[in-house]
This record gives sequence, structure tokens and C-alpha cells, in this order.
Amino acid sequence: MQLTIKYFGMLAEATSVNEEEVQTEVCSVSQLVKKLKHQHPKLSDKNFKIAVDQKLVDQNYMIDSKAEIALLPPFAGG
Amino acid sequence: MEKKKPKNVFVQGAISSEFIGNSIAKHQTKTSIGAHNIFLGQVRADEIDGNRIVAIDYTAYEDMANQKFYDIREATFEKFDLTCMHIYHSLGKVNAGEICLFVFVSSPRRKIVFEALEYVVEAIKADVPVFGKELFEDQTHQWKQNS
Repeated sequence: MQLTIKYFGMLAEATSVNEEEVQTEVCSVSQLVKKLKHQHPKLSDKNFKIAVDQKLVDQNYMIDSKAEIALLPPFAGG
Repeated sequence: MEKKKPKNVFVQGAISSEFIGNSIAKHQTKTSIGAHNIFLGQVRADEIDGNRIVAIDYTAYEDMANQKFYDIREATFEKFDLTCMHIYHSLGKVNAGEICLFVFVSSPRRKIVFEALEYVVEAIKADVPVFGKELFEDQTHQWKQNS
């Protein structure tokens, strides 16, 4: 399945991409994060939350269909 | 809850005092209101190791952020007896001293607006995916983080 990965703020800066497509089998969020960190080593020391289709999820959440995944660094609104 | 496309809360650049003034003026026809309360977030020129912040460049996960603003709005109306409520947040560059967040709540009575405003502002700070790049006078930058 194909996932759209979006990077924001310091994470977009670290990876030098705002958005990319990734092909993967069904996987947990932590497995996906591991894969992304392998692809972008600069993500390794960063702190971020994951949203799947605009909802925050935890590390164990299973991604089982085409989705938009966002890596969100600490919020700074206001 | 019924799902509808949330309204866009974001404005490009700083929020002007004219815009805020006009927003207040528009409420003069709503005569059931007895109390307004307004929060204005202003970009602070913090100095870190002798290096001063001159602006914040805001970005956001806009679709999710607008949905979060909508959820906060719904939760606030459920919790407090408000007549109306408006939220505006900047995107892009906002200079030190300029306004980047404008929250406006109105109610027949005063006590509610004090509580409601704090609730809304704290929820925005904690839950909305907005990111801030703090630009220093020497052209370097760091990433803002809400505490």
C-alpha cells in the first residue's frame, strides 16, 4: 500500500522534504517510524508525534490501508 | 457530531489592530452580549545568548489544525454559555511586537468570558499543530516550543 508522509517544521528542515510517498506492507506506527528514520537519519534525535489521517495515534496503532501520515514536531501555536 | 468542513482560522502575516477594532465594532448589533474578552498573542523579542528574535515564521498542518480549532470551538460552546467566539491565527512571518493570535469570546455576563477565554487559549497552545521558526537578528533560527 502507498502512504503519503508529511513532514512539518524542524522535521521538514531535517529531511529536506515536505511530503513523500512510501510503499509499505501493513505495519505499526513504530515500524513505520523505524523505516523513516532509516531513510532520514536526521530524524533519529527528534521528538515528534504521529497523525494518521489527521488524528494523533500512538506507537502501536496499525496502519492497514492507504493513509496520510504526518510527523508533527512540538506545537508552537499562539 | 455532524462533520462539516471547518472554517479557515489562518490569516497571512500579522493580525492588524484595524482588523481587531473592526471585529469589536461588528458586535455592536449583538445587544444580548454584556461582556467581551479578548486574548492577543504578541511575538516577543526574546534574547538568547545576546541574539535577539526579530520574527516568527509560522507554518501549520492546516487541515488538521482547522479541524482542531473547530473541535476546540465546539467543546467551548458546550462547556460555556457563550454568544459568540472568533479565533484567528497567523501563518508566515510575524515580526516581534506584532499580533499572531486573536481570540475573542462574548457572553451575556462577565464571569463566563474569563473562564472561556483561558480554556480556549490553553487548548490552542496544547492541541493545534502549528509550528514556529524563531528568526534571530543574525539570520540564524531555532524552533519554538510551547511550554
